[in-house]
Amino acid sequence: MKTLADLKKIREKAQEEMKLRGGNTRIKIVVGMGTSGIAMGAREVMKTFLEEIANRNLTDVLVTQTGEKGLSSLEPVVDIIEEGKPKVTYGNMTPEKVKKVVVEHIVNGRIVSDYVVATGN
Amino acid sequence: MKFYRSHILVSINETSLAAGVQEFITALRNELAKNDLAEEINILETGPLGFFGRGICLTVYPENINYEGVKIEDIPELVQEHFLKGRPVKRLMVGVTEKFSPKFNYENRIVLRNSGIIDPENIDDYIGAGGYVALEKALTNMQPNDIIAEVKKSGLKGRGGAAFPAGLKWSFTSALDVPQKYVVVNADEGEPGTFKDRLIMEGDPHQLLEGIILCARAVGASKAYIYIRGEYKLCIARLEKAIKQAYDYGILGKNIFDSGFDLDIELKIGAGAYVCGEETALIESLEGNRGTPRWKPPFPGVEGLWKAPTIVNNVETLANVPFIIAKGADEFLQYGTPDCPGTKVYTILGDVAYPGLCEVDMGTTLRTIINDYAGGMKKGFRFKAALVGGAAGVILPDRLLDVKMDFTSLNQYSAVLGSGAILVLNEHQSIVDLLWSILRFFRHESCGKCSPCKNGTQQLYQLISKIRKGNGTMEDVNLMLLIAETMQQTSFCALGQSPIMAVRSAIENFTDEFIEITKK
Ligand SMILES: Cc1cc2nc3c(=O)[nH]c(=O)nc-3n(C[C@H](O)[C@H](O)[C@H](O)COP(=O)(O)O)c2cc1C
Ligand code: SF4
Repeated sequence: MKTLADLKKIREKAQEEMKLRGGNTRIKIVVGMGTSGIAMGAREVMKTFLEEIANRNLTDVLVTQTGEKGLSSLEPVVDIIEEGKPKVTYGNMTPEKVKKVVVEHIVNGRIVSDYVVATGN
Repeated sequence: MKFYRSHILVSINETSLAAGVQEFITALRNELAKNDLAEEINILETGPLGFFGRGICLTVYPENINYEGVKIEDIPELVQEHFLKGRPVKRLMVGVTEKFSPKFNYENRIVLRNSGIIDPENIDDYIGAGGYVALEKALTNMQPNDIIAEVKKSGLKGRGGAAFPAGLKWSFTSALDVPQKYVVVNADEGEPGTFKDRLIMEGDPHQLLEGIILCARAVGASKAYIYIRGEYKLCIARLEKAIKQAYDYGILGKNIFDSGFDLDIELKIGAGAYVCGEETALIESLEGNRGTPRWKPPFPGVEGLWKAPTIVNNVETLANVPFIIAKGADEFLQYGTPDCPGTKVYTILGDVAYPGLCEVDMGTTLRTIINDYAGGMKKGFRFKAALVGGAAGVILPDRLLDVKMDFTSLNQYSAVLGSGAILVLNEHQSIVDLLWSILRFFRHESCGKCSPCKNGTQQLYQLISKIRKGNGTMEDVNLMLLIAETMQQTSFCALGQSPIMAVRSAIENFTDEFIEITKK
């Protein structure tokens, strides 16, 4: 049995979860998953992003993947896309670097310039 | 909490079940697990997705990519290419292999707005999508009469065929001061080629429940029945689940959210006769009697189930109500025409590229529905005619393609919107054959209670059979008109009053074809 107040809570929680499905998010992480990206460890990079985001309960972040970008020497490559800001591309990513990017860039909004290989559109 | 980077929405409906969607999902889960993706990608079973598609259909979020006709053999490719590498598999995508790019036809949707987006078996999803907001509003801020006033203001008309204003119907029943009233949902959907109610219930069962609760609250009913076709197995299962969830949450039962309002909802499985969709026959059937119509008046709203005042409404009618109460009648009036506000859900079958379901504004033309929503005609075919409104509907030729589809506009052409079934015929198909199958249907479905219909449907069928074989004359054609007109004037219920629609429209709009076939 629920009260109207319970219903409100259920609604808020479900809304968060559905927002994730729909892609209405503040920040988008795009991992390059072409053949060479995968060979260079893009799967591990992707997984680490997902783990870090789940651990921190970040509900406004979207992780998605894309194909080859023609930057094979820099793989795994990750783009961070935020509404109204230039795109940031990180290269040669590893799980360790991912953790740092999540804390610094995703949570605190500070670009980790050491890993950046390109910015802009 | 669990974080998925991607969600695969799989449409579960009778079509996809027939195409083996359950096995497909198992295979997809296995393949995702094999590729170590099970923790990253979520599979969500849902109702009709926002596009017309064949067989098993998927929508992948966040990219919002639509696949259709996917088979188990395609799974390894889908997983390798799309889910692992992010490269959508073009050959399976909807609309990209053909010139037509389907208009995602739920742009303007009210009734189907959650369908294909939420998990219909999870009440929290419905709540998250704004579900039961209307109920909260109705119980805390509104009196029963306010609900009726809002529905009246919205101009909502019954979607079951007769187009009677819902708010007006409710106001008659609400005014009666008696201890017991009922709400009965007409989910019998017997019109051939119609399956909109099925998809509305499959895709979003809680929306219907909320509509029922609002109606019951408005008129003062404490018990509701959903009279549903026995063949609708998936709807039945989902509604049962939804009802149980609603009881668990205290949305149904005694003293709902401390308002003092009680409501129980029960499912009743129908036996499948067409006439049982007629409201008084439906009530007879609910009472355990043979499903034959009763005399009206008294109307069910005054004397219905077990002689108690009973609101009978169609599924789609009630499914509109949560939107009207939550967003207000003014928002609802933004859709459709001033005379017929809101949207209409159509099922389109026949020779169109994408047969299926769409929800569009009232007043959208038949041409737009066919071209923009159903992808136009199938490759290589030309439009000849459309049967609009099912067996109790009319046959429209191409010169009427620009008629607006709403109750009032169609009336000017003695046509009806009926249940919203559209059957499209190509230039090689015969109107005589179509009329034959309609009249065969009526002969089979006449309940035999009154002689104009019992004998008339028999005679109409014999005449059209004779004509179809090439043995008829124009006198026979005219006799058909006379019989159908007599039936219209003298039959006991609307079933016997309906064949005139198809007969007259066929003969008037396609006279040449009748002249041709009777010449031989
Ligand atoms: C032969 C016959 C079959 C009908 N079948 C249905 C049906 O399957 N579903 C339905 O909602 N209404 C059907 N109706 C219309 C109902 O009698 C009734 O008008 C309707 O359920 C009222 O709901 P509404 O005002 O919400 O449209 C049928 C009517 C006739 C005469
Ligand atoms: S019109 Fe036909 S279906 Fe209706 S009561 Fe008469 S015989 Fe029965």
